[in-house]
Amino acid sequence: MKKVIAQTEIDVNEEGYMTEFSQWSKEICVCLADEQDICMTEKHWEVIEYIHEKHNNEEPLSIRGIKKSGVINIKEFYSLFPGGPLKKSTLIAGIPKPKSCI
Amino acid sequence: MGKTKVKKMLFILSKATIENAYAAFVMANGARMEGIESEIFFTFFGLEAIQKKKLNHLHVATVGNPAMHMPTMLGGLPGVEALATKMMKKEMEKLDMPPIGEFLEILSDSGCKLWGCKLAVDMFHLKREDLIDELDDIITIGDFYSRADQEGTHLLFI
Repeated sequence: MKKVIAQTEIDVNEEGYMTEFSQWSKEICVCLADEQDICMTEKHWEVIEYIHEKHNNEEPLSIRGIKKSGVINIKEFYSLFPGGPLKKSTLIAGIPKPKSCI
Repeated sequence: MGKTKVKKMLFILSKATIENAYAAFVMANGARMEGIESEIFFTFFGLEAIQKKKLNHLHVATVGNPAMHMPTMLGGLPGVEALATKMMKKEMEKLDMPPIGEFLEILSDSGCKLWGCKLAVDMFHLKREDLIDELDDIITIGDFYSRADQEGTHLLFI
């Protein structure tokens, strides 16, 4: 389905995840974050960058991976993206929701 | 976002075989990842999963476990339990499942509360320092039930 955000039309699935990463931009990211009541800070951008890097390398995301990332620890990750950090950060980063159970 | 009416999950872990401990840990961690509150109450033999000296030596149950698909007598032979445990740990490592100690750290950092059962701690003559540093406290079952006083709370015995 289509969604208009930051004066741009983007493709999303029924859960609101972007289906075309090429449509992602920082402006769209800020608006998606705003919809999740998240105000982007320097640290948020660092996490988004880390997530994109993992996605580009086709490495799966997990909470254990966050622990080892060297970018952020688990406590900070939960406080930056309250209410489910992996699903919220990936939604904002414009990549598919992780399928992992751990 | 997936929608659920579950707001809080309370787990009671009473056995510290690998399969039981991981069932509780994966579900408690999964709850936090979905934005659901979660807590684990370690009681009876479940306490072994939070004892510093024992948590790295948990085993998979080879006796009386129908999923093992081996005769019960065979499961009791020397070395069989250790071998099955080793094989299980290898498979879990392939899936990037953390070892028990690291999993407890992850749970604690994720905001999952970890509780020791007072009655069981007394029964096994354990001290606070025998248990992991991440433990939130040693509480009674009454204290634990009072933590369920909220809409959308579920209790699960493992």
